Amino acid sequence: MKHAIVVQELTKYYEDVTAVDHISFEVEKGEIFGFLGPNGAGKSTTIRVLTGLIKPDGGKAFVAGYDISKNPIEAKQRSGVVPEVSDAYVDLTAWENLALMGKLYGVSPQEIRENATKLLKEFGLFEVRDKLVRGFSKGMKQKLMLCMALVNDPEVLFLDEPTSGLDVESSRLLREKITQYNREGKTIFLSTHNMEEANQLCHRVAVINYGKIAAIDTPENLRAESMELQYIEVSFNKHINTQELSENPYVAKAIIFGNKIRIYTADPSRVIEFLVEYAKKDNLRILSLNTMMPSLEDVFLKLVKGKEAVIK
Amino acid sequence: MSLTEQFKRSIVIAKKNIKIYYLKGPVIIFGLVFPLFLALAYVIGRDISLREVLPGLIGMTTFFTATSVGPSIVPWETRSKTLERLLCCPVAMWTIVVGDMFSSFIFGLIISVIPLAFTLALGIEMLSFLVLLFGLIIANFCFAALSVLLSAYPPTDIPATSMMLSSLVKFPLVFISGVFIPIEELPPWGATIASISPLTYFTDMVRQLFLNRGFYPLAIDFLAIVVFTAAFMFAAIKLHEKTLSKRLS
Repeated sequence: MKHAIVVQELTKYYEDVTAVDHISFEVEKGEIFGFLGPNGAGKSTTIRVLTGLIKPDGGKAFVAGYDISKNPIEAKQRSGVVPEVSDAYVDLTAWENLALMGKLYGVSPQEIRENATKLLKEFGLFEVRDKLVRGFSKGMKQKLMLCMALVNDPEVLFLDEPTSGLDVESSRLLREKITQYNREGKTIFLSTHNMEEANQLCHRVAVINYGKIAAIDTPENLRAESMELQYIEVSFNKHINTQELSENPYVAKAIIFGNKIRIYTADPSRVIEFLVEYAKKDNLRILSLNTMMPSLEDVFLKLVKGKEAVIK
Repeated sequence: MSLTEQFKRSIVIAKKNIKIYYLKGPVIIFGLVFPLFLALAYVIGRDISLREVLPGLIGMTTFFTATSVGPSIVPWETRSKTLERLLCCPVAMWTIVVGDMFSSFIFGLIISVIPLAFTLALGIEMLSFLVLLFGLIIANFCFAALSVLLSAYPPTDIPATSMMLSSLVKFPLVFISGVFIPIEELPPWGATIASISPLTYFTDMVRQLFLNRGFYPLAIDFLAIVVFTAAFMFAAIKLHEKTLSKRLS
């Protein structure tokens, strides 16, 4: 089995609204797969179908080789989940929460002890294992949620906004752990709003918009396919009128960003030549000049809102 | 995955519920304080023998205690955002329903044993203690299943709302179930209405065991309770499945 997740023509309706519209994609074993999309695009619905929370109205989805509609228990048995809207049991201790999850996954008591000890130590929660979760900070709770998702040593890990609302240190730790567990062989399905996070972690990303897959590729390829979004950032020793720059046929748009000017172009070398000439002609000094590839955020905005939303 | 494995996971869910929900305020109020005062109001000032009072008292106590935990669990889990976490685990909806039912059942059983122990301590005679104990167990199952069904609709995340709405069902059931007036003393239309309540059959069973007179044969009482239990469980599973997406939205 090459694929950890296979989605074929998956469809889900909420009354008259098509939340997920015949989407298809595959996630390879051992891959970190990013799932991006604006609010209401169908991201959470897709994850809820894949994690067996809701049933699809059409199409098929396989997780770890099991049809999520026909064998949801078997599919869930091989998955670990950090749901978007979820919390640990605050009236239980961290240890009790992990033990509960272990038992619900049918893990043996010996394995629960070993896995829970290892995970709590890795995530810096071992010292507070006997404290009620009620007193935990958001970061501690989120780390515990990840421990709970890992206690059964799953093949596939579904993470829905795992670093949302966390401080820098906790976010970094979680990202490191995600990378570590992926290196150890786990397939990770990551839904995030954080483009930098997706860019850093994911081997491939899918962008979903209005319930349909708008693009699916590696972050590098997606950026490369959006070269019209590349730009040059230049700063001069004097303030200049961007109108003059915009009149150049190779310049798509020139926008002032602080003390820099951002020039969108499909042909950076021609624009650089033009800028050098322009500086000589007006006796200006170029303080800095950088050619910038489009960020994943730019690509995302282009896919969900159109090119104009990026170059505005 | 085997039924035994799912059943084991129901027990895990029940243990979790016992740990978390037994000491919650609404459970204490609806499961302990309320039945206690209702029992006192039922007993005090009535010019009838203890033997005459016991069937209604045991019926009422069992009914109120066994239905006190179930209505609050799912709304509570929805509110505390643990329901989605639980549903992501490899457990079927019936596993969760049975787990919730078990926790409600055990609470009911523990409390309803008190009037039974009281009966034994006073040396009040009955036809068969074992039959009464068996009846108490299946009645607790039945009422616990009803309580989990009552938590299914509306799909609220406010435990108090679920508790109040379940009371709207529970109180009329107590009044039509022969707790206060034996069914044989009701007019035919009253007996017909009483037949739709599971509590009727339990009260009738206890009345037969203590007073040697009842409206239905004992076998019918047992059978009716078993049928009600199966119907409540089936309806609870289906209704929870149906309302799940609303809870998660």
